Amino acid sequence: MKHDMKRLAVAGLGSALLAVAAPSQAQELKIGLASEATSIDPHFHNVGPNNALRKHIFEGLISNDENQKNIPELALSWKPISDTDWEFKLRPNVKFSNGMAFTARDVIYTLCRVPTVENSPSSFTVFTRGINAVETPDPQTVIFKMAAPSPLLPNNLATLGILSSELNGAQNVSYDPKGCKDMGTPPKSADFNDPAKAIGTGPYKLANYTRGQQVVLERNPGYWGTKPAWDRVVFRPVPNQGARVAGLLAGDVDIIETPPIQDFDRIKASGAQIVQGISNRIIYLHMDQFQGDGYKTPGIKGTDKNPFLDKRVREAVSKAINRPAIVERIMGGVAVAAGELLPTPLFGTSPDMKADTFNPDQAKKLLAEAGYPNGFEVTLGTPNDRYINDEKIAQAVAQMLSRVGIKVNVDAMTASTFFTRRNKYEFSLYLAGWGADSGEMANPLVALVATMNTQTGMGHTNRGRYSNPELDKLIVEAQATVDDAKREAILRRASKLAMSDYPLIPLHFEVTPWAVRKGLSYKPRIDQYTLATEVSPGT
Amino acid sequence: MLVYLIRRLSQSLLVVAVMATLVFLAVYAVGNPVDILANPDADQQERAAITARLGLDRPLYEQFGVFIWNALHGDLGRSFVYNAPAVDVILERLPATMELALVGLVFSILIGIPLGVLAGLKPESWFGRTIMSGSILGFSLPNFWIGLMLILLFAVELKLLPASGRGPTASVLGFKTAMFTWEGLKHLILPAVTLALYKAALVVRVAQAGTREVMLQDYIRFARAKGLSPLRIVGVHVLKNMMIPVVTVLGLELGSMIAFAVVTESVFAYPGMGKLLIDSINRLDRPIIVAYLMMTVVIFVVINLVVDLLYAAIDPRVRLSDAKG
Repeated sequence: MKHDMKRLAVAGLGSALLAVAAPSQAQELKIGLASEATSIDPHFHNVGPNNALRKHIFEGLISNDENQKNIPELALSWKPISDTDWEFKLRPNVKFSNGMAFTARDVIYTLCRVPTVENSPSSFTVFTRGINAVETPDPQTVIFKMAAPSPLLPNNLATLGILSSELNGAQNVSYDPKGCKDMGTPPKSADFNDPAKAIGTGPYKLANYTRGQQVVLERNPGYWGTKPAWDRVVFRPVPNQGARVAGLLAGDVDIIETPPIQDFDRIKASGAQIVQGISNRIIYLHMDQFQGDGYKTPGIKGTDKNPFLDKRVREAVSKAINRPAIVERIMGGVAVAAGELLPTPLFGTSPDMKADTFNPDQAKKLLAEAGYPNGFEVTLGTPNDRYINDEKIAQAVAQMLSRVGIKVNVDAMTASTFFTRRNKYEFSLYLAGWGADSGEMANPLVALVATMNTQTGMGHTNRGRYSNPELDKLIVEAQATVDDAKREAILRRASKLAMSDYPLIPLHFEVTPWAVRKGLSYKPRIDQYTLATEVSPGT
Repeated sequence: MLVYLIRRLSQSLLVVAVMATLVFLAVYAVGNPVDILANPDADQQERAAITARLGLDRPLYEQFGVFIWNALHGDLGRSFVYNAPAVDVILERLPATMELALVGLVFSILIGIPLGVLAGLKPESWFGRTIMSGSILGFSLPNFWIGLMLILLFAVELKLLPASGRGPTASVLGFKTAMFTWEGLKHLILPAVTLALYKAALVVRVAQAGTREVMLQDYIRFARAKGLSPLRIVGVHVLKNMMIPVVTVLGLELGSMIAFAVVTESVFAYPGMGKLLIDSINRLDRPIIVAYLMMTVVIFVVINLVVDLLYAAIDPRVRLSDAKG
């Protein structure tokens, strides 16, 4: 319809028709996604696209605002009532989109259902661990009894979409960490592809899901909260960047994810606008610091030792990198130089942690002091299709390091190969990114700089195998501190301690861009999700 | 004949078996799916659990054995990403690829044959030369570039056609296809033209050569002498006789349009099988990759087998020489 009208207009019937044609579809919102959600099941695959879609249909107890702060959703309030116990007060008079009432029973059912998901390629069980017992003194109150102090319980619960116990025949479900009782027949992941089974309390409900092609949502008329602006929302996966931009310019879609930086001018010239906001993803360099008997780090030439074991070398690498230049020239200003692992104002960050200053002379001096006056040679591994301009950043870093005497060979490859090789420790220096899904400092500290420990899960992505017992102690202490103010103080201390030792080199925080057509606005989100509920008509 | 049949059958089975091994080993060597599928936040315990759930913790020979055993029972595995049988996920995408190939085929005939005949009738004229030089562009311009240019022109500038995606589908003979809805056809035009341009150029050249050859034949002269109108000579006598090589070429090319629409499908975000294959390779969805390649292998082997048997049925020399040696 819209296209017909525009053709007439182009054929010379005047611009008046065009003006009539444009607002005719204000009730439908079409979104071009960079990658598709692989399932409607809210508990099948814990990845960004699925979690973003989930928030439209299945609400959690807690939601996150655009700065990743916890805000009430199905829970009105929550508080710790002892070191290990938490009390949640639920929102009354909430109904699922099929009319069934939402009660504390549904919270228990959701916790019970998560571990039953079959063949999950990345499960949500990491968020339901450590809950010893769940009590429901009344239908609007849930008490979680944890095995250990768990300050992050609210963050963990925020990741779980709540399902209806009644719909799945589990009115009498009771919680047991080893396996719940009276669960009825838990739904299979594929069942959720059917709109009649994909029932949540969210502002939208599923209308149609065609794998690889589209997800169509319709407004949930019985929604308890603010009515969303759109009657219908169509999500279309368009992984190819060029095709996504073309779709926006042609009017096929109203908003697209991550338009390429080089197309910004063209998009703005067409009348559409770019909105952008800082993300929780840091781009960093990791250096192999493993100390095993007879271990030789790969890809280093010009020295027999592993130079990265020397803090002066790591500091030299940091000082040799001109972060403002990378941000300006490579990222087109769409990034923020990083001085710690999370951007302010997220929980546990300090405004005084500025990015390291560019100082090649001092870098050379540090290298000479460390015993490498002539530098050395190293291979820098990087993905070339995972982060914004990842390979270009690696090339720039290589040039900057070569100016202080470290000769760097860039080895760029597709993400699926890169991560497999990195996890096998095939790089002594690599570029990667880390998005802190929970939006607080413990997350990147645990993942990237804590000493690797298979049992506790600490340092799981510390592929540089940096180890600092003093830092580990602070992180463990923070994880057991339920009081927010005290925990934040410990995390700030831990972050400062970590950064002073250069366990890795932070480069910048990614800034996430969206392109929206004229007449719409979008509030950028730190978690990089594209939510239809946040797209509003009018600028 | 029976000996020949048995021999050809066992050869085909051998090819399938060898391909199954190669495909499985090659996919195994690409990378570890858990590194891509797992949420970065997953710790070692969770990674180990995922590995076990997907059956990737077992030794290679055991995984291969399970795969072969299931394949013999008609099960080519479950997609890691979609948690659905791989064959179902692939067949779901088949109509999209088929409609793209068919509409592309129609376009290449509509563009190629008239231009080719015109160029063949007047090979020395300026438009005959223009068509023939123009067809070189059709060969040499890369597919994705043509696609992007078409999008820029027809979708972004003129806003006549949608830039990407597939239109609404209608159910025809049990298949859900977008070929019979107006909106669906509009979505089909640009990718189909992109796919068709190369084939059209091929058809132009074959049709031009065929027309030039036929025009020199005695029956054309006779038709002229009989006083038939030029329109009838070209429309009936020339067209009928120059179509034989064109049909042969198009038949061969239809197969390649179905199998190699990958680039076009990616540029236009058209949800066909080719795009599924590329997406699956990027996500290391091993069962889909293996199932896709195995299905392709089986289809080609069956076609070859049928053709060979037909030859043997038609030409006794084939089956005799084979039975002896």
